[in-house]
Amino acid sequence: MKRKVLQRALRNGFAWVLSIVMFVPLLLILVNSFKDRVGANAMSMSLPKTLHWSNYTTVIEEGKLVQSFVNSLFYTTASTVLGIALASIAAYIFARNATKLNRFLYFFIIMGIAMPINFVTLTKVMQATQLINTQLGIIVLLAVMSIPFSVFLIYGFVGSVPRELDEAGIMDGCAPFRLFCSIILPLLTPVVVTVGILNFMGAWNDFILPLYYLNDTAKWPMTLAVYNFFGRFQVNWNLVSADIVLTTLPVIVIYLLGQRYIISGMTSGSVKG
Amino acid sequence: MRNKLYPSYFTWGTLVFYSVFFILPSLMGFYYSFTDWNSYSDEIAFIGLDNFKVLFSADEHYVGFIANTVNFTISTVILKTVLGLAFALALNEGIRMKGFHRVMLFMPSIVPMLVVGLMFKSILNPATGLLNESLRFIGLGALAQKWLVDVNWAFKSIIAVDTWKGVGYIMIILLAGLQSISRTYYEAAAIDGASAWHKLKYITVPLLMPALVVTTVLNMLHGLKVFEVVYVLTNGGPGYATDVLYTAIFKEFSMGRYGVGTALSSLLFLFMTVVGYFIIRLMAREGAHEQ
Repeated sequence: MKRKVLQRALRNGFAWVLSIVMFVPLLLILVNSFKDRVGANAMSMSLPKTLHWSNYTTVIEEGKLVQSFVNSLFYTTASTVLGIALASIAAYIFARNATKLNRFLYFFIIMGIAMPINFVTLTKVMQATQLINTQLGIIVLLAVMSIPFSVFLIYGFVGSVPRELDEAGIMDGCAPFRLFCSIILPLLTPVVVTVGILNFMGAWNDFILPLYYLNDTAKWPMTLAVYNFFGRFQVNWNLVSADIVLTTLPVIVIYLLGQRYIISGMTSGSVKG
Repeated sequence: MRNKLYPSYFTWGTLVFYSVFFILPSLMGFYYSFTDWNSYSDEIAFIGLDNFKVLFSADEHYVGFIANTVNFTISTVILKTVLGLAFALALNEGIRMKGFHRVMLFMPSIVPMLVVGLMFKSILNPATGLLNESLRFIGLGALAQKWLVDVNWAFKSIIAVDTWKGVGYIMIILLAGLQSISRTYYEAAAIDGASAWHKLKYITVPLLMPALVVTTVLNMLHGLKVFEVVYVLTNGGPGYATDVLYTAIFKEFSMGRYGVGTALSSLLFLFMTVVGYFIIRLMAREGAHEQ
């Protein structure tokens, strides 16, 4: 009996150690974002003596963060909506009308989960479509990159929506597109929310697409702005920390609000298998 | 009838976007791999296998980049799987505040890789970083290293940072797998006098195999595509010691040597598509089974 209690305590202690190891780096940044320059130089865990909120105002002005924040929000929202629209309708048709061709096309799209992107030749495509260095270009690319995994998740879910509903809709005189929009799409809400949150976070965290295809600083999203800021203010870790906090905060807030959806979404397709 | 209800032209938009921006560049890549496409001249000439000769020549570092990518992939697959499984086994039962720990352990996987890189640039700083400071504080100052600057440590540090970020995610997948294993197996084994090791070897691991396969695949795809963590932490340095495929491609791109960059990219594409084919076929089939 005693051994069991001890084992329990050890297990719980270990859980706490792990949680702390995962959290300390984030806490370190938060703590140092409130210090003055000299205090943050050591980048230690000691608490700031006074809270320097001014770091945040400096960062927002110097790093042109308002602009980048708006950009990020725009890219993220637009690409998430576009990505879901493209993925859900295709997944729906593939799942409902499983002809040989459609099964192949479904496979062709989800192959994108494994295939890497050729960023060099993608430049040529971006030039030819006149999307290089444009906001629309980044939105399209972010949406396209999200398609394979979104189609995979939504396809699995469409199977659980009973076909009888489609037939009832047709009886009532629904055209195919209305059938999808007003009957099927509302029933896909759970998976659409999951996919939406995942794509939103993926787009917010993306760094590589703007690095390749946006030269214009006024169009930069938060990630690129924070990296550039780090290059200019390396010695001012208090400012860099404040910038990092502002970049990360939106994802953390979304994560804490939607953690059930996020964890289940990111682990689905793996546990089921 | 079905085609009328579920017209295939609904999928055309998706297919066009996906083909143009995802597939087409990769296919074009094979053509441009055999050209001298660069940023200095507008003319593109066919040069046969020259780019590939450059990639595999002994005077260049490209083979090293491929080796680094493979090293990174294998190391992170092993580390994340072994640690993730060990953590999942330790936390499988008798934990209070499960929800809280789950949120904490999963947290690093949702933070942007770029931010993780910047955080660890500070933590791994030889002079002022939290890691070396902590080592000195507990009297293990001798273990302090120049983590990201020393050739012997830089790549290991990058692997460790990536493991820190990804292990919680893997652990949670495996934990979900563990909890679906019925306790009756363990009870039956206990009656037969099986040791903890035997239970692990003959019950847990075999029944967890599907989940282990999936985590391995995820980690492998992630590892082969690694870019940001290297770009931010060392940008390939010191020298070329930590360059991987995607950082090398980006460098070629920045220098305007598009032909070589494309050739490198096409090699990666070929490899991952062949490997991916088998994996994705498995995923597609399992998805179909459920319906």
